Amino acid sequence: MAKNENGTADIVPAGSAEVTGTGVVSPDAFTNPGLPPHRPRITDLDPKAAKRAERVVYWLFYISIAASVFAVYAYMFFPIEPENIHSVRMNTLYLGLGIAFSLLAIGIAAVHWGKAVMADKEAIDYRHPVRGTEETRARAVEIFRESDEESGFSRRTLIRNGLIGALIAFPLPAIALFRGLAPMDQDPNNLLKHTMWKKGTRLTRDPQGTPIKASELTIGSAFQVIPEGLVDLPEHEMLDEKAKAAVLLVRLKKEDLNWTSAERESWSYDGIVAYSKICTHVGCPVALYEQQTHHLLCPCHQSQFDIANECAVIFGPAARPLPQLPITVDAEGYLVATSDFTEPVGPSFWERSK
Amino acid sequence: MRKNMSDNKAQRRRGRRGPIASVALILVGLVATGGAYAAFSSASANAAVDLTSPAVIEEGQKLFAANCATCHGQQAQGTENGPSLIGVGSAAVDFQVGTGRMPMQMSGPQAEQKPVQFTDEQTQALAAYVASLAPGPSIPTASQLEGGNVSNGGELFRINCAMCHNVAGAGGALTEGKYAPELTGVAAVHVYEAMLTGPQNMPVFNDLNLTPEEKKDIISYLSYIEENPSAGGIQLSNLGPVSEGLFLWIFGLGAIVALTVWITAKSN
Repeated sequence: MAKNENGTADIVPAGSAEVTGTGVVSPDAFTNPGLPPHRPRITDLDPKAAKRAERVVYWLFYISIAASVFAVYAYMFFPIEPENIHSVRMNTLYLGLGIAFSLLAIGIAAVHWGKAVMADKEAIDYRHPVRGTEETRARAVEIFRESDEESGFSRRTLIRNGLIGALIAFPLPAIALFRGLAPMDQDPNNLLKHTMWKKGTRLTRDPQGTPIKASELTIGSAFQVIPEGLVDLPEHEMLDEKAKAAVLLVRLKKEDLNWTSAERESWSYDGIVAYSKICTHVGCPVALYEQQTHHLLCPCHQSQFDIANECAVIFGPAARPLPQLPITVDAEGYLVATSDFTEPVGPSFWERSK
Repeated sequence: MRKNMSDNKAQRRRGRRGPIASVALILVGLVATGGAYAAFSSASANAAVDLTSPAVIEEGQKLFAANCATCHGQQAQGTENGPSLIGVGSAAVDFQVGTGRMPMQMSGPQAEQKPVQFTDEQTQALAAYVASLAPGPSIPTASQLEGGNVSNGGELFRINCAMCHNVAGAGGALTEGKYAPELTGVAAVHVYEAMLTGPQNMPVFNDLNLTPEEKKDIISYLSYIEENPSAGGIQLSNLGPVSEGLFLWIFGLGAIVALTVWITAKSN
C-alpha cells in the first residue's frame, strides 16, 4: 500500500482486496526512479589527482595576484600621453587585460575548488508546506497590530498623510525633466512639417555653405546640399535644421527623367533635381546614388528610390517617394528653392496628414 | 610485382626535383610575380610619356583597335555593348585600364578589378589616344596628390564618400550585385581619377564640386587612415555591426555557453 508523507493511505493499487471506491490506479504507474548511485570523483579515489587539483586552485589564486600587480604596473608603464591616441589603446588594453585576468582567475579557481576539492556529499532536502502553523499566523497579525499601535500609523493621521503626500510628490521632478526633452512652446507637428527651405533660399554645398551654380553640375554629378544660412546657425540649431533640410542634388540627362505632370517637371531645372535625403521609412540619410541606374539606396533597410521616376519606391520598406525640393535658378545663375518641400520630409508621424 | 613497383618509385624519384628545389622554385616564382605586381601597381602620375606626341597617340590607336574597339567602336564612338569614349579624357582611361577594370572580362553588375593587362606605357598610350579625340579630364600630376589637409579631407570624405565606401574606406554593397570597392591599397592617382570621372555607377565629383585642393585633402585622409591603425584595437575589416556582431554572437556567446556547461557539469 502506498503512503504519502503524512503516513496515511491515499493510493490503492487495482486488484487489491481493499478496493472500496470506484477509482482505479493502473498497476504500471510511473515509479520514482530515485537518485542515481553516488559516483566518486577521481580526486576522491586518487590522492595524486587531489593534490593536483589543489595545486591548480592555489596557482590560479597566485595568477590572479600576479595579474592584479600587472594591472598596476601597466597603468604606470603605459601612461596616456596627450595627443597620442596609440597610448590610450596600450593603456586601456593592458590595464583591462590585467584586471580581467585577476578576476577571471579568482572565479575559475573558486569553481574548480568547489567542484574538485571540497567535500563531495549528496544530501536531500525535502520540501515542506508553505503555509505556517496557526500560531505563527496569529503571531504575525499580532506583530502588525502592535507596530501600528506603537508607531501610531493609524492614530496620528497628520504624520501618515504627510508620508503618503511626500511619496506622491517625490516622482514629480522626473516628470518635469522628461517633459523638458520635448520641444518647449512649439507644436511638434508644425516642427516636423516645415524645414528651413523657402522661396529664394540658395542651395549650398555641405559643409562649406558655398552657393552652387547650375552650370557647375555635369551629367552624373551628385552634390550634398544644405540651405543657405544653415552654417551660420548655433551648433544645436544647425544640427536640428540640417536633420530636416538635407538635400541630394543630381544632374541627369533631361530625357532620362519621367514626370507625371508638367508641374512636377517645373520643379527641376534642365535635368537637375533635388530630393530630400531623409528616408521616408525611418529617417536614415539616403545618399547612395548610382549615377547609371539613377537609383538611390538607403543603407539602413535597403529601400530603393528611382530618381528617374520622381523617386518612386522600387524596393524595400519605405512607403512614400522621397519629397522633391522645387528648384530654379536666380538672376546670377545660382540654384535656389522656389518653396519649402510640399510635404513633410522623413518618416510618418501621427498628425502627418492633418 | 614488388620489385617492379620499387623500380617505378626509383624512376619517379629520379625524374622529380628534390624537395628543396621545389621550395626554391616556388620562392623564385613568388618573388618574381610579387615584384612584377609591385612594379605594376606603383603606376604613378609622372610616367615620362608625352601624351600629346603623335607617335604615342598612334601607338594608342593601334592598341585601341586591337583591344577596345569591339565594344567601344573603331572610332571610340560607342556601340550597344559599350559607351562612347569621346570626351571621357585620359583620366578615365588611366583609371579603367590602370586598375585592370578594362578591358572588361565579362558583362556583369559591374566591371570587376582584375590583374592589369597593359604596361604603364601602353596604358598611357591608350589614354593619349582617347584624350586626342576630344577634350576631357586629364591624368592628375603628382603635385595634385600629396600634402593635403587630413582633417578637412576627413570631413569631406564623410559627407561625400562614406555612405557608399564606408567611413573607414572599407567599401560596401549597392543594389543588384553592384558594390562600392574598398579604398585601401588604391593608388592616389586612381582615387583622384575616380572622383574626377565617376566610373561606372559612382557619381562625378568635378572640380567645381570638390576642388582639386579638396580632392587632395580626401586623398591625404585616405592615406592617413591607411597608415594609422585603428586606436580601438582589432578592426574586423571595419565592417561595423556586421562583423562585430558576428564575432560577439559566435565567440562571446560561445564562451558564455562553454563556461556555463563547465560550471554545472559534475567533476569527474
